[in-house]
Amino acid sequence: MPPIKEFFVDPNRCIGCQACVHACSECDTHKGQSMIHLDYVDPGRSTQTAPTICMHCDSPTCADVCPADAIKRTDDGRVMTARKPRCIACSNCVLACPFGVPKMMTELDLMMKCDMCYDRSSTGRTPMCAAVCPSGALFYGTREEIERRRPNSRPVNQFQFGGQKITTLVKMMVPREATIDRIDATDAMHDRPPADLVLLNIFDDEISETERES
Amino acid sequence: MAASPPLTPEFLSRFGPTRAYPTGERLDTAVEPERLVKTHCCFCGQQCGIQLKVHGDKVVGFEPWEDFPFNQGMLCPKGVRRYLQGGHPDRLIQALERDASSPEGFRSIGYEDAVRRVADAIARIQGEHGPDAFALLSGASLTSEKTYLMGKFARMCLKTSNIDYNGRLCMVSAGAGNKKAFGIDRAANSWADILKAEVIWISGANVAECAPITTNYVWQARDNGAKIIVVDPRITPLARTCDLFLPVKPGRDAALFNGVLHLMIENHWIDEEFIRDNTVGFEAVAEKVKDWTPRRTAEVTGIAEKAIRQAAEWWGTAKTSFLMHARGIEHHSHGVQNVLGAINIVLASGRIGRPYCGYATITGQGNGQGGREHGQKCDQLPGARDIDDPEHRAEVAKVWGVDPDELPGKGVDAYEIFRKVDRGEVRGLLTISFNPIVSLPDSRFVERMLEKLDFYVAIDFFLNETARHADIVLPGSLHEEDEGVVCSSEGRVIKINKAIDCPGDARQDWRILQDIAGALGRPKGFEFETPRAIFDELRAASAGGVADYSGITYEKIEENHGVFWPCPATDQNGREADHQGTPRLFEPGSWNPVAKGAGPFYFEDGKARFNGVDYAPPTEDVDGDYPLMLTTGRVVSHFLSGTQTRRIGPLEDQFPEPRAELHPRLAKSLGVADGDWVEVESRRDAITIRASVVSTIRPDTVFVPYHWAGAKSINRVTIAAQDPISKIPEYKVCAVRVRKAEGAPEYADRFEPQQS
Repeated sequence: MPPIKEFFVDPNRCIGCQACVHACSECDTHKGQSMIHLDYVDPGRSTQTAPTICMHCDSPTCADVCPADAIKRTDDGRVMTARKPRCIACSNCVLACPFGVPKMMTELDLMMKCDMCYDRSSTGRTPMCAAVCPSGALFYGTREEIERRRPNSRPVNQFQFGGQKITTLVKMMVPREATIDRIDATDAMHDRPPADLVLLNIFDDEISETERES
Repeated sequence: MAASPPLTPEFLSRFGPTRAYPTGERLDTAVEPERLVKTHCCFCGQQCGIQLKVHGDKVVGFEPWEDFPFNQGMLCPKGVRRYLQGGHPDRLIQALERDASSPEGFRSIGYEDAVRRVADAIARIQGEHGPDAFALLSGASLTSEKTYLMGKFARMCLKTSNIDYNGRLCMVSAGAGNKKAFGIDRAANSWADILKAEVIWISGANVAECAPITTNYVWQARDNGAKIIVVDPRITPLARTCDLFLPVKPGRDAALFNGVLHLMIENHWIDEEFIRDNTVGFEAVAEKVKDWTPRRTAEVTGIAEKAIRQAAEWWGTAKTSFLMHARGIEHHSHGVQNVLGAINIVLASGRIGRPYCGYATITGQGNGQGGREHGQKCDQLPGARDIDDPEHRAEVAKVWGVDPDELPGKGVDAYEIFRKVDRGEVRGLLTISFNPIVSLPDSRFVERMLEKLDFYVAIDFFLNETARHADIVLPGSLHEEDEGVVCSSEGRVIKINKAIDCPGDARQDWRILQDIAGALGRPKGFEFETPRAIFDELRAASAGGVADYSGITYEKIEENHGVFWPCPATDQNGREADHQGTPRLFEPGSWNPVAKGAGPFYFEDGKARFNGVDYAPPTEDVDGDYPLMLTTGRVVSHFLSGTQTRRIGPLEDQFPEPRAELHPRLAKSLGVADGDWVEVESRRDAITIRASVVSTIRPDTVFVPYHWAGAKSINRVTIAAQDPISKIPEYKVCAVRVRKAEGAPEYADRFEPQQS
């Protein structure tokens, strides 16, 4: 029985190179379309970027809200992309997904999203994005391997979006000493990360109060 | 005369740059590749392993090569998309000749005809003006077989001393510094030694964007407990999470290294035993840094004194460490001094030549390391030998079957070759793997010199902006259309494998050189049938030299996932040996052909050298008229002059045009918002590009990437000041002024983002 490989996301390690975006569109299922997005978290103030891949929820919201039953989940927990002829391009899933994953491809009248490179991962190969990521932000391997590589982090796969609790197949790395077992997605919306002020300080001798608050 | 043809729609339609995207078979999910070819990336010196998918006569995609140990399948966007350079609409599949009557500017001619015209021109120019009147400019993105052949072609066939290469713009400061301090120019350690270093010092290297795989090494070390110190005028993606960031003022790196050494000595954070047993020159250097107090260092470098002290303490007290640097400290008129300063703090720590105690410059080009070893530098012969050393000349002449006196002497650097054109001393030029009108500083001068030449022939697979000036263009081969070896940034010699044949009349570059030699009636020494045959001669020519490849074979490379040179074919006593290569240099007790056992370093006494470092400000410091520092560099989706990456649609779309990075305070004082057009002007020239307002750069500094040509080329603005020893140009600092432009520049309506 081959070792179980899991998908681990470590957004702190993202360097914004977009190797994942390019490699995704080179995979064999949906050549020419990239299913991964890369966003600047605070453009102009930080080089921080973060990739958004499908988290492959245990109880996928996208599939739950789909009126056409176009989104299927495999036995091993991968949530597939929407299929024709069922998908009617209503965008319910686009609006409902807590992670912002599904993309409406209006020119194809079809939602498309990451399927964890099912054609690859179901045959023992690594999903494209995780295979190429040069900084370790996306990693596909055994739990033992990730523990060896990241002695200071641990994987978490429980999320909270308002009242909705979600368990995902994809794990997100958090600091080992963090006292949470569930990532609250709205946490970051309230407070400015403290690192931001440090960043502004490095290149400025004095910061005006207005600059600090803006 | 070699003026550029007008950029008519016909010209741009035929020669581009055009953005190519996946189409046809490359998009068809039903297409199964017939073969997967294991090879390496055609771009940077990391030399990631990759597999190319071949279907019919085309490369249709890639597959990660997870077994190649250096990168384990990881790639950056350039590697992922490189295959789109094949089957490209801009590809040169026929020889070209300038034709002023054609709206395309060139007409196709037969290959043999073109080669004959080239040979005739070379013979005429050399006949009338002497052998040195014809110059060669080569590049380090070629396999070592080709770089070796270029050097041989210059010295044995053309008998010109005027050959140099694009590494002059890249690795020569590190090369000169390493030779002066260690006697050898190669990374001291393989990258494996990064993983358990306690302190990693990174000076002048935008690792995440220019050597992405190295990010993983550095961050793996960090997960193992390492502290990361980054010295850079910008907060680059790797610097974002580093433990200590030193925002050095451009041009002041030597002062910082002197200041750190001062603190190391003051606090006894030095390895006295190592210094005593393995180095010379420490006392003189210690004396020299007495004046570099933390206060003085802070004033000169623009870094807070507290940060300097912290960096020195972490560096000074570490048990293991790795210091890496790149062009950020090397692209200066005192780049060699900067490198020597970095090496001084490594030597003073004693942490070299042991596990997890390392030092390296991060080589930029795919074969930047190999391409500076086997003779295409103006002062070099194969095996990293010196062209002026009588013993070295005799050794190589023997392999080539010529009299040592027949070999020319030392030539001049690439920029000086253009100055020779100005003086009428050089009248003919051949370029390959080099686009100097984009990559050399003060490039309007270069443009005028290209127009001044009597004859210019370019070998290339795309018509790059320099080749537009050519009289004849010969269609060369893509990386995937040839085979050979290259040497990666780590010192690992690896194999590039051929995936497809050359299209049309295009042929492998080494064949073109040999055809020219044949047409000149001087074929002796240029009759190789295969790259392997060239490599076998390279091995023999390098034997006994510092860069000894004699024990390396294609098979050994493939069996071992690469072989680190030196790898001699015989042991110290001349007996045949099966050497496994040398991943780590300078190990105590190691033998080398220069020291012959006296010590691990490559000098007769086996000891490394401390070199006194003189700090000097940049050649063109800021003043009232030009109050801002311009520094130039790269972005992750483009490579060098953009000849390839500006033609790969998805890479060009990731970063379509150059942007001037301005700090918000600077932008506010200029009335500039993010995305506004600004004019960046120096004493040389001005360009108008859009601004990016980011707080990740010093407020007194402007950053512009250099991958674009013509009116978007920042090298029109940079200064041609060069280091006196290495001759590297000072790309990293000159004086500019910036103002909001009146409106969009003329090119905005006329050209696509990748064109100019």
